[in-house]
Amino acid sequence: MSENVKIAVKDLNIIFGKHQKEAKKLIAQGVSKTEILKKTNCTVAVTEANFDIKDGEIFVVMGLSGSGKSTLIRALNRLLEPSSGQVILDGADVLQANNEELREIRRKKYGMVFQHFGLLPHRTVASNAAFGLEIQGTPEEERIKKAYEILKIVGLEGYEEKMTGELSGGMQQRVGLARALANEPEVLLMDEAFSALDPLIRGNMQDELLNLQESLKKTIVFITHDLDEALKLGDRIAILNDGKIVQIGTPEEILTEPADEYVRTFVENVNRANIVTAQTIMFEKPTRIELKREGAEVTLRKMRNTGLSVLPVVDENNKFIGFVFDDDVVKIRGDKSKSIRDIIYEYSASVYLETPASDIIAAYRDSSIPIAVVDENGKLKGVVMHSAVVSEIIGKDENEIRTDIKNALEI
Amino acid sequence: MKYLEIGKHVEKGIDWLAQNAEPFFDAITVVIEFLVGAFQDLLLMPHPFLMIAIISILAYMVSAGRKNFFTALGWKKGRFLGLFTLIGLTLLYLMNFWNETMQTIALVVSSAILALLIGIPVGIQTARSLRAEKIIRPILDFMQTMPAFVYLIPAILFFSVGNVPGVVATVVFALPPAVRLTSLGIRNVQSDVVEAAYAFGATEKQLLYKVQIPLALPSILAGVNQVIMLSLSMVVIASMVGAAGLGQDVYKSILTADLALGVESGLGIVIIAIILDRLTQAAGENTNRK
Repeated sequence: MSENVKIAVKDLNIIFGKHQKEAKKLIAQGVSKTEILKKTNCTVAVTEANFDIKDGEIFVVMGLSGSGKSTLIRALNRLLEPSSGQVILDGADVLQANNEELREIRRKKYGMVFQHFGLLPHRTVASNAAFGLEIQGTPEEERIKKAYEILKIVGLEGYEEKMTGELSGGMQQRVGLARALANEPEVLLMDEAFSALDPLIRGNMQDELLNLQESLKKTIVFITHDLDEALKLGDRIAILNDGKIVQIGTPEEILTEPADEYVRTFVENVNRANIVTAQTIMFEKPTRIELKREGAEVTLRKMRNTGLSVLPVVDENNKFIGFVFDDDVVKIRGDKSKSIRDIIYEYSASVYLETPASDIIAAYRDSSIPIAVVDENGKLKGVVMHSAVVSEIIGKDENEIRTDIKNALEI
Repeated sequence: MKYLEIGKHVEKGIDWLAQNAEPFFDAITVVIEFLVGAFQDLLLMPHPFLMIAIISILAYMVSAGRKNFFTALGWKKGRFLGLFTLIGLTLLYLMNFWNETMQTIALVVSSAILALLIGIPVGIQTARSLRAEKIIRPILDFMQTMPAFVYLIPAILFFSVGNVPGVVATVVFALPPAVRLTSLGIRNVQSDVVEAAYAFGATEKQLLYKVQIPLALPSILAGVNQVIMLSLSMVVIASMVGAAGLGQDVYKSILTADLALGVESGLGIVIIAIILDRLTQAAGENTNRK
């Protein structure tokens, strides 16, 4: 286990019902949830969850309703009592804490934001934001001062003395966020925090959360049913299906290497273009022409070997210069007065490794000319073909596209 | 032929209690007599005109809201109750019912206070524990459906005649809505607010005082209103065991078929009912808006 693990969840099972022992046995035997419900009258919410949450990352748990994601986040601060397993926060098992220790953990280490805000309607914004501190017994003057500071950070300056009922949903959730941040928690638990907001506000809140996180560097556990939200916010994403974690990975890993059919069908509908980057879809170590050393003959041989009609040209430091086309090479073949330099096509755009596919497609002037992928020093890292970008965006692989095109031509 | 003598058994039990638990009932008697006496003395101490002014201003203030005392909005909201109280109480004074009216109010207020002192904590308990709810609910049903007259009999056995058995019967009769509405109010507090309080490390006590009771307050105040109205409805019945006040006059008018007395004393109870009802409702509404 690396040092920067903040929360380690081990073998966590959450079962609701009276006959938990029998249910657990059945889980071990691999019996399905519905069978267990029939046999023991126990609802299995989460089975055998194992994952580490790293310090300072946004860890997203994504799943549809009924997948057990809200149950899972509630096990982290024991709003729901897990049936077995461990939740190790900073090296100590939260599940072993007694009532007093648990309260202390909830007061000092965790801050939580709820889907429906959970604010006190009979209190002012500032008083709500200071609620966590009030519970801890912080003197009134001090906690209100702190609340004002935090409210300023979340963009609610000037609303401190309003009643929460007078605010819009987005603003209420800012109060919820301020309340969670006011007691300076180490871990922020966000349970579908933005799901009750309308799409435009939700997008804004996501952006702001990312902005805040840049300065706060909290460990954030974010629950959502929205894959786009998960991909946008998550440093890593855990996908939960039917109480089981089916995959944990970076957004890109989830999209490009779905672990099973469930994840695959899930990511199919996503706008992949915003997430998949040049690095994933490029040809790595492409055949290239080094300008100083290689002439027309070598170029033509390389083209023949690779079957490509266009190749990238680099200088002696592997710095990308442009592309050469087979037609042009043939024209200067045998002409001693001309070199490759004269026929390089330099107008093609180049992109960086982390450029998303949606931006790459915009960089194309001509679908027959590939785009070079370079690092920050301009060195050639790979080449992206037009077809690869298109296939990423529409979510089919290249072979499928080729067949589609062939079929279209035959018709 | 009667096969089962439930009534006889209960009677024996009550007799036994009356004889053996005398110190307990004496203690209750002392408390109730003190409470009713104190209210009566307080209400009858100033000159009736001064008292009418005080109660009318109070009624105006509660319905107008303390902040709006001198504003146009306050006058609009508070004028009805203020003027009604002024006219109603003056009417009662002119009908020569002043002493009886104050005695009735003292009885009602004392009964209501006792019912709330018992009912609200019990209501909180039933809201927080399913077992308490299961035990207490049938008892409440029993208390509410048993004809109120029946309470008078053990009340006489335990407390003899006078104000005390009247208050005791009234408390038993008026208690259920305090329990039910408190319980309902606390149960209806949104679960995510309760969850949020726990998530920030609130103790049970903090949850109760900072979240549940404040949010249940409108419902609890509706309970207060109900308790007061039920207490008032017991005034006549309580007078059958010797409780003082307008109920005595109503009761006397029935026994002597005195229509004039019946109309006057009945009207008096209606006036008190309207004042107390609107007063508690206004108090509840002003809390809601906060």
